[in-house]
Amino acid sequence: MATTERLTSGGVGEAVLRKEDRKFVTGEGRYVDDLKLPGMLHAAFVRSSFGHAKINSIDASAALAMPGVHAVLTNATLPVETGVLSASNPGGDVRHPEQAILAKEFARYVGEPVAMVIADDRYLARDAADAVQVDYDPVPVVVDAEKALEPGAPLVHAEYDSNLVKTLAHVTDGFADALAKAPKKISLRVVNQRVTPMPMETRGCIGDWSNSTGEVTLYTSTQVAHFVRTFVSIVCGTSEAKVRVVTPDVGGGFGAKLNTYREEFAVCAASKVVGRPVKWIEDRTENAVATIHGRDQVQYYEAGVDENGKILALKFDAVQNNGAYNQLLTPSISHLTLFMVPGCYDIQDVSITIRQVFTNTTPTDAYRGAGRPEATHGIERLMDAIADDLGIDAAEVRRRNFIKADQFPYASATGLSYDSGDYHETLEVALELSEYAGFEERRAEAAKRGKYRGIGLSTYVEVCGLAPSAVTAALGIGAPGWEHSTVRLHPTGKATVITGTSPHGQGHATSWSQITQTELGIPFDDVEVIHGDTAFQPYGLGTYGSRSLAVGGIALYRSLGKVREKARELAAHLLECSIDDLEWTGTSWQVKGSPDRAKTIQELAYAGWTSASLPEGIEPVLEATTFHDPPNFTFPFGTHVCEVEIDQATGRVEVVNYTAVDDCGNVINPMIVDGQVHGGIIQGLGQALFEETVYSDDGHMLTPTLVEYLVPSAADVPPMTLHRTTTPSPSNPMGVKGIGEAGTIAASSAIVNAAVDALSVIGVRHLEMPMQPARIWNVMQEAKS
Amino acid sequence: MGQTITVTVNGTAHTAEVEQRTLLVHFLRETLNLTGTHIGCDTSTCGCCTVHLDGETVLSCSLLAVQADGSAVRTVEGLEQNGELHPIQRAFYENHGLQCGFCTPGMMMSALGVIEQHPDASDDEIREALEGNLCRCTGYQNIVAAVRSAADEMARN
Repeated sequence: MATTERLTSGGVGEAVLRKEDRKFVTGEGRYVDDLKLPGMLHAAFVRSSFGHAKINSIDASAALAMPGVHAVLTNATLPVETGVLSASNPGGDVRHPEQAILAKEFARYVGEPVAMVIADDRYLARDAADAVQVDYDPVPVVVDAEKALEPGAPLVHAEYDSNLVKTLAHVTDGFADALAKAPKKISLRVVNQRVTPMPMETRGCIGDWSNSTGEVTLYTSTQVAHFVRTFVSIVCGTSEAKVRVVTPDVGGGFGAKLNTYREEFAVCAASKVVGRPVKWIEDRTENAVATIHGRDQVQYYEAGVDENGKILALKFDAVQNNGAYNQLLTPSISHLTLFMVPGCYDIQDVSITIRQVFTNTTPTDAYRGAGRPEATHGIERLMDAIADDLGIDAAEVRRRNFIKADQFPYASATGLSYDSGDYHETLEVALELSEYAGFEERRAEAAKRGKYRGIGLSTYVEVCGLAPSAVTAALGIGAPGWEHSTVRLHPTGKATVITGTSPHGQGHATSWSQITQTELGIPFDDVEVIHGDTAFQPYGLGTYGSRSLAVGGIALYRSLGKVREKARELAAHLLECSIDDLEWTGTSWQVKGSPDRAKTIQELAYAGWTSASLPEGIEPVLEATTFHDPPNFTFPFGTHVCEVEIDQATGRVEVVNYTAVDDCGNVINPMIVDGQVHGGIIQGLGQALFEETVYSDDGHMLTPTLVEYLVPSAADVPPMTLHRTTTPSPSNPMGVKGIGEAGTIAASSAIVNAAVDALSVIGVRHLEMPMQPARIWNVMQEAKS
Repeated sequence: MGQTITVTVNGTAHTAEVEQRTLLVHFLRETLNLTGTHIGCDTSTCGCCTVHLDGETVLSCSLLAVQADGSAVRTVEGLEQNGELHPIQRAFYENHGLQCGFCTPGMMMSALGVIEQHPDASDDEIREALEGNLCRCTGYQNIVAAVRSAADEMARN
């Protein structure tokens, strides 16, 4: 769109409209399913229809007899070196059973791929997959994580003596004393139910293997192209240097595409077999079983508190359902929960035990927030339980427990160093904006209309900007946490920015252009941002964990600084002065106080390219690369206030007011930040009100489509009121923190707390998610009887 | 079994032989290479594949291509005219009504149907009317603002 349409200059801090958007609104976006390669064939998978079964035999003869079917591949015939690899091993002794690309002897969850059909088109591939006969012997199933830990439970992996994956534990020295001395103990059980990420674009990939060169190109809908490349090279047995992974436009991820999946390896190996490109596009029903799920954690809290509601000691025991196998980061997700158990409260004595468990279900892994929503939801429910028990206002009990603004940097009981914050301020601003003080009048008014009305708070802090590489190593993650950037100035004065981040809706092309304009004076429209193609990037860790700006953005900031400083040396040489005589105007280097003696960044880009006269020791071309490893995480925080009304006749919960006050440090583009908060809140609302991934006891998936699995629609959600405070992070030079997950982390507890408050008038003290009408109606009937 | 059909898409008549079971969305995407219309579910639930068929808002995943024989289809690719964005496209851009962009074509086609039939729709009515189009990114706030803005602009012109 033309520059003149924009009311902004294009720099940092402005609500610049997105340069990505034109292709999306005209239908010219290019997602994986939009790509066609010459000679391309189509894959369909035969998947287990049993939660747990021995595979006796696979008969593909009927499928192979169908004209246009090229191959049916099984574990015995798919040419791979190993199974799916996990990068996560916290504590060093995590059980990592083999996850074969196609199931070997047993299928361990509904949807596990057993065979793969390659055919001329996708309809035929599906027909042929249906014609493959698999002879199964069903064996006992366990889907509930707590039941899976009971003695005698069916074993998901017979090679182990139990279903325990790993126990994470952390106890402070003073915990036992502190709990014993606490005058009051308050306990709470909280279920953070299993949910399905459901990005609107399912997964999909195309493998294109050249048998003459050994090169393979994989087009895949992912958040982590370089992880995929590294693992394809290992699993498929080829040099990493011969693997190119291309990420076209990605239609949402939310963590579901922060992974390396069996199908990505399978299409590469299948392409090697048939000698032609092989495409697989996941359908929605497949997505519900073949792509990771999130959450599924049962928590037991015990807080030792004093008479004023101050928490003196906190015990947290949880069981985390990992599913049938560990995916890329599965064992680390509940480790993030462990970190954030104390939340934004000054609790120095904790005892935390998290038992991770195998079950006959789809693996869980990172879903928006990834372990942190579980921690926040639980502690925020607990704060309300304490307030309720002691008769203290919910806001006041939080004030009494907050880490105070003068305590930062704050050493948490779980070993983190919270960078900066002012939790009291976001709380007070949110209470004011939401008219918290006048709520009782609204409750009374709603009662006259047959509605229970309640108000709920969530005061959250999250750990973002994943991650310092020394920390990821210490946590047993076999991957670093840095990010890459390259800034390249062309002879014409235009800029190419290459980033290792991997946007799928976050608008990095826009934000990175804003940073480039502000730091280097190259106009917004003269900046092109390249991402998502391993052929162009040295390496990139990708987009997840609210890391893109706080790590990738800082990598860009530092490359821009390097280019600006190189330009300065060039300018001093051309202007025949010392570099100390120069000042940066925002677009040029000029001799201090002499605007007529200056070189614009574009002139310097040209001079650097022509290299007609370079200062001693300076290489041609203005270009710089940075691998930025963050010194610490960042810690965004805020207060969300929700009001709900519950229909006394039907139990329907309606969110009628939602106020969010977030602090993500300095902001590059407030429009994009608001969009992230909106979307994040509604994903949290989805979990609070509608979403639940349900298995039957025998392992069948009961929510395999968007008919059974309810994702919020426009009609289900309220308008939201957003506000921000600004507490810059001291951990990076832009003072930024990250905002991608905050809304989801905050929202569910604000909504549930509001619903519990609404039903407190009939004696209800706790509610589990999702708060679907039937559940609430039953709770109301029990409360009244 | 093949059948020859003629469908006018965005003003251009296309004649092709299709399998009788071919869905309209696959005909648009695979035969005509109009990939702006997306597929997000198997159950007529998400609205990503929304197009207009003879002026009606329909789900192209729930119609066979042969059912569109002799009809006029309008897809997202038909909105822009002579390099000028349609008001609904401009409104989504100017209101940050999209993030990943995957639901956007279907969302805009549904929104256009709403505006054309109910130009004075309230925000609540817009929300109800878009119930069949799911977006996982935006939380809908800016989508509603975009539709409101496009409706106002289309009413002025």
